[in-house]
Order: sequence, then structure tokens, then C-alpha cells
Amino acid sequence: MGNQHTRPRILVFSTDKISDPGIDQAGLRKIHYSPSVYVISLPCSSGIKPRWIMHAFNQGFDGVFIAADGHECSYSSKCPEYTNMIIEESQRLMKEANISPKRIRMAAICSVCAEPFASHMANFTRILAELE
Amino acid sequence: MEKKQRIGVYICHCGGNISDYVDVSQIKDIVKGLDGVVVAKNVMFACADSNQKEMVNDIVDQKLDGIVVASCSPKLHLHTFRNVAIRAGLNPYNYTQVNIREQCSWAHSDTPSEASEKAAGLILAGINRVSHSEALENIEVSSTRAAVVIGAGVSGMRAAIGLSQMGNQVYLIEKEYKPGGHIARWGEMFMDGKTGDEIISALLTKVKSDKNITLFTNAGIGKVSGSLGNFDVEVRISDEILNLKVGAILVTTGYDHYQPAIGEYGYGELSNVITLPEFRELLNNCGDTLNYQNKKVNSIAFIYCVGMRQTKGENKYCSRVCCTTAIHSSLLVHNKFKSVLVYHLYRDIRTYGKQEVLYEQSSKNGDIYLKFDEKIPPKVSNSKHRLLIQVKDELTRKQDLELETDLVVLVTGLVPGKDTAELAGKLKIPVGNDKFFNEIHPKLRPVETVINGVFIGGSCQGPKNITESVQSAMAATVKINALTKNPTIQLEPVIARVNFDTCVWCGKCAEVCEYDAVHPLEMYGKTVASVNEAVCKGCGICAPVCPNDAIDIAQYSNAEIEGMIDGFSEKVELKESAESEDEQSAVTGAEMKDQPQLWLRISASLQKESKTIPALVKELDVPANVLTYHLMTMNKYSLVEADGMDDSDEYYYYRLKNIQHDQN
Repeated sequence: MGNQHTRPRILVFSTDKISDPGIDQAGLRKIHYSPSVYVISLPCSSGIKPRWIMHAFNQGFDGVFIAADGHECSYSSKCPEYTNMIIEESQRLMKEANISPKRIRMAAICSVCAEPFASHMANFTRILAELE
Repeated sequence: MEKKQRIGVYICHCGGNISDYVDVSQIKDIVKGLDGVVVAKNVMFACADSNQKEMVNDIVDQKLDGIVVASCSPKLHLHTFRNVAIRAGLNPYNYTQVNIREQCSWAHSDTPSEASEKAAGLILAGINRVSHSEALENIEVSSTRAAVVIGAGVSGMRAAIGLSQMGNQVYLIEKEYKPGGHIARWGEMFMDGKTGDEIISALLTKVKSDKNITLFTNAGIGKVSGSLGNFDVEVRISDEILNLKVGAILVTTGYDHYQPAIGEYGYGELSNVITLPEFRELLNNCGDTLNYQNKKVNSIAFIYCVGMRQTKGENKYCSRVCCTTAIHSSLLVHNKFKSVLVYHLYRDIRTYGKQEVLYEQSSKNGDIYLKFDEKIPPKVSNSKHRLLIQVKDELTRKQDLELETDLVVLVTGLVPGKDTAELAGKLKIPVGNDKFFNEIHPKLRPVETVINGVFIGGSCQGPKNITESVQSAMAATVKINALTKNPTIQLEPVIARVNFDTCVWCGKCAEVCEYDAVHPLEMYGKTVASVNEAVCKGCGICAPVCPNDAIDIAQYSNAEIEGMIDGFSEKVELKESAESEDEQSAVTGAEMKDQPQLWLRISASLQKESKTIPALVKELDVPANVLTYHLMTMNKYSLVEADGMDDSDEYYYYRLKNIQHDQN
């Protein structure tokens, strides 16, 4: 068996109150998605540091997906705006490192978004595979 | 900060929920050899009392400075294992939960070998995270001794009374003009014979006379903000808006009845086809004769599972309560109008618990039961002045039968209330596949939602009878009171921390903080950012905007997050079919001759009486974890079963399946 890494590896930043339960629910309902998807749960997507995203790429991840709360964020109404700024800064760093900006994506995933999450993972996996 | 050097790792089978797909034994062997890991174990159920005690012993005996539990979602057992750490004298924040069930074994049950690989990465990430973890202290927030209960049906009113009796101020919000929900129109109820109206009237009288309860009718929920202990709830009554400050929210919005489509079994097209709620109203309002549309009813056919248990349709679930309601209705008919002939056209009958007596009585009354297949439902059509029903009866070798009746009653089930989705959006609580509100866990946390401080009770979380609805609502009241009874609630110390060495106070962190938690502070001859811990919500918005990377969020430091990413990326070599010898022997079959010697010894010991795990450990002289593992595996293969709790309510007795013992 071993680490084949035949599928694109995706690091997901989720939020512990809103999107993480949605991702859990995908598992609970046996909705399958790529086993090369790894999730780190945070309080809010506005707290993701671009250096973590770059660290993921440096460690061999093929893509980073931000499962954000969007306008449902309980911390800040400006959460989408701040998260977008983080993505822009990350894409600037990615460009410097010759990494395609298509390798980072964001979508609002709420606590009932089991199917949308699996669907996003399938789409992102396909997009990353095409970038190879 | 020094990395943890004495870490304990516990990898759970979760019965087979994890180990059926993930090679937990092989991962344990890999973890065992890692620097800093001094304990690595597979456990059948990490959350079991016996395992928790073993973890406490390990932490004390092995002087562990960090623990990792790889099992289910942290939403379920985070606090269970934090309490284990506390009991053993370890700081609870030196524990990390790794989710290898919801986000691994279940999500990747189609690719077990890759699930094992991923689980290994997740566990290595957890070890890295705990090795960088800090000992932290909880934060206290004030709590309002008040709750909002949304929905004044039987569950909501009973919950409001319960919360009030425990000393809470209660705001009971009802969207309709009249409280009581559906049951006020149901007439006589099983089991005590009281009418729905009597039950509602008694509750409403209590609610109105209770000084702690404020009832708002014709009222809706507007914007909801805040968090556990301090929610701000907007209540809209006509053009007026009230702002309520409460510590917790309980949702008891109930259900709606399934409304058949036009033409479904003739509904809406044939005049003598009505739904069960319509029939109950007819029954309640009729006099000495059962008439429908001025014509005497001499025969009735109930058609079950209408709109429910649909293989291809929307509502795939069983409503559970409608069989009982239909049969109870037939008994009411029989008691009042003995000559009326009643047919029950059903797919399956579910009259569980004490409701079984209704089914028995109905049969004794001479009601006729005909079973149909979902694929060949009965056909209802007009026949002169009556209704003709054609049905293929499964109980009489699939004979095609024709019945003529005066009335057809469609036994419709329960569906989510029409406002469920809108309220779910406002409260940010999830709904399940059935579109009812979803609890965190149906068994372990049945009335809690993923939003701290928001609870659900009654049939807004799925079809329930009145007894079950009130039970769940009352369970929620106890959970709410446990939160609001103290003036403060302990919260996790997830707050921003500033590195004063690298901070040069540019003010960007203060600009983005919506809680005004960051202020400049003069320190050591320079200005730095200072975080007010009481105000900081731990969102982390301030961290990425710092040009000097001088801000971290507790539990989410660079070292912890980047350590996790490193863990995900480590090369792990797993072999195919790598179950350990021990595990192989436990799962190769349920025949006694194939089972390990210990199974035979356990079986022999349980032949005469039920025993607890400690008693078996002592008698058989085997380590508790070994015995628990094998006993749980025997349980999985239905060889043993739980047989009640011991006197201290701490341990289960176990017995051989199908053998009854007298514990005395």
C-alpha cells in the first residue's frame, strides 16, 4: 500500500462551528469523497495565515480549500472580505513560488452542507488533476 | 517551548465503525516507535469507562505530558477525554482529539486501504499538535439566567414550566394566535383518555399563572446574535420588535402533517377520501351518528404509510406514531359506533411499547387487516355511492380483493414544520436528511445542536409521540439549566496572544477586531498590542493581518498548525492485510471453536451469572484492556450482551446472550 498519492492531496481549512459539522455529516451519511482530503478545523476562516497555506504546498499538498462560513460567520459580518484578502495574499506568495493560483479555492460550507462539500472535493480533485 | 516527550496515543476501534475500514492495529504499531510516544494502544471503545480509567492510570503511572485519542468527531467526546486528563492531573489542553471516524473510516469506507493511510496521517498530525500544545486555563463568561423557548406546543409549554421551576426567566414564543400546536384538535388520547384540548388547557393555565414565563403569541423570531450565555434574540410581534437577552435557546417548533397530493389515493378528487387529522376532527365533532357529508358511515378503510417510507419519494423515513394514531382512532370508532366495519390496509404495523395493546384490542374488535406491497398500492375509485378499493393482499397469497367502503382515511405521517429551514438559517443549526432539526448525536447528545447554547426538543427533531416529545424537551431544560444556573460559564481559552518581542504596534490588528479587544500598551519602552482576554472571541481575524506574524491564537499556534500539516505529509508504509494476530483471531468468525481461549473462559465464567468487567478481570486475571477488547468483540458478534448496571451505576453487567441470570 504505502503513500501512493495518486490522487491530488487537498488540505481543507474548516471552521469548527459551521463547516466542520457539515464535513462530519458527510461521513456520518457515508457520502464518500477523496481520501486524500485532510481537514484542519479553526474557529474562523479569517484567521488562516497565508504562511500555513504556503507550508502546505511546500509539504506536497496539491491544493488548499477553505471551507468558510461566509455570511453565516458568527464572528464577523466581514468574514468573507477578510478571508478573500487572505486568499489574495496567498496567491501573491504562490505566484512568487511559481504555484498556480487555481490551487486555492474557497466556498461557503455550512453545517448541513454534506453533499456540497463532497461535490466541491470532487470538482477540486478534478481541477487539480488537470493541472498536473 | 519544549516539545512533549511522554505522549500517550489511544486508537479506537469504535466497535467496528473504525476498525472495519482502518487498520488500527498496524497504525498503532507504527505510532509505538515514534519519538516522544511512550504509550500506544488500540481500544475497542475509547469512551468506555474501563478505558477512561486505564487512561487515567497510564497518565499517572507513565507520567504522560500529552495524550491523543483517535476516535470519533471531537463534537462528541472532546469533553469526555478532557475530563480524563483533568482526573489524572494533566492539563486538558494537552490532549488532542483526532477524528478518524466521521472524517475517515465512514467517509472513505469505499477505499479502506486509503482510509488506513489517511488515518495514519491524521494521527501523526495529532501527535505533532499535542507535542506543541500548551497548558491553558479556561475563560469565564457571564451567563443570563433566562431562556427563549420557540414554539408553544405541548413540548414547549412543558419545557417552559420546567425551566421556570428551576429558576429561569422564560420567554415562550408562539407563531400562532393560540398556543398548543396540533394536539388540541386530536380529541381523546391514548393512554389516559384525556383529550388533547384538556392537556393543552392544563399546561396553558400553568404557563399563564407562572410569573417567570412570558408568553408571546402571533410572534416570530427575527435576528439572532451572540453566543452561549449571552444570546440576543429579536422577537417580532406585528410591527413591534422586542430584543431579548438570554443564556440559551430551546427549539420546540414541532411538526406538520403530510398533505397528500391531489389524486394521491383519490385525495382531493374523491369526496370521501380524507386524511387522518381530518378524520380525528370529524370524530371529535360528530354526535351519536358517524356521518360524513350528511351520509352515515358504516365502513371505513385506513390506508397506511401515505407519503411516508417512500423508496423514491421525498419522505423516506417512518413516522412511527401514525400506526398507533390510526389504530387508536379505530378503537374510538368501535367504542362509539360498534356496527362500523373497519379495514386497515397497511405495509407494516409499528405499535411499539405499550401501544401494542391497541393493536391487540383492534384485532379483538374484529377490525380487518390487509397487507399491501409498496410497489402495488391499493387503488381507490368511485363505485356508485361508495368507494371501491382494490388491493392485493400479501396475507392471503396476494389475492386481488375488492372492498366497498363509505370513507377512506389516509394515514398521513409527520413532516418538518414549514418554518424549519428558515429557523435553521437564523440559528445556524443543521437539519438532517429528513429535513428535521439534527441533534449532535442521537444517543449521546440527543437534545444538543452543534451551536453551543441552542437545544432542540419534541418532534421538531423527528416524529415523536407526546410522551417522547416531552421527555426530550425536559432533557433539554436540564441541559439549559446546567448552563444558566451559575452566573458564569467556563469557556475554552481560545484567545489571541501577542508576541511582545516581535510586535511593533502598527495597529492593523486593532483595526480589524470587531470586539474592540486589542489596544496599544506601553511596555519595555515600546508600544505593543495588548489583548483584552474577557472581550476577545478567539476568531483569529487579527492574526493574518499582522505584518510581523506576532499574533497567535491559543490552541492554533504556527507550531501546532504547521506540525499537523507535517503529520499529514509524513510517509507511512502500511502493509496489506496487516491485522495483528490478536485481531485476526478476534474477527475470524463467531463459532466458538474458532475463538480465542479467552472467549471460552469468559463464556464459562458467565454461564451461571452476569458479571462486570472488573469482576471478570479479577477472576480471569487478565489486563482490563485485553478483557474489554475481547468482551466488546463478543458483544459485536452477539455472544454477550449488557445486563443492567451495578449498584454503583458505574459498570455494566454482561451476560451470555439468551441466558437470563438473577443478579441477586
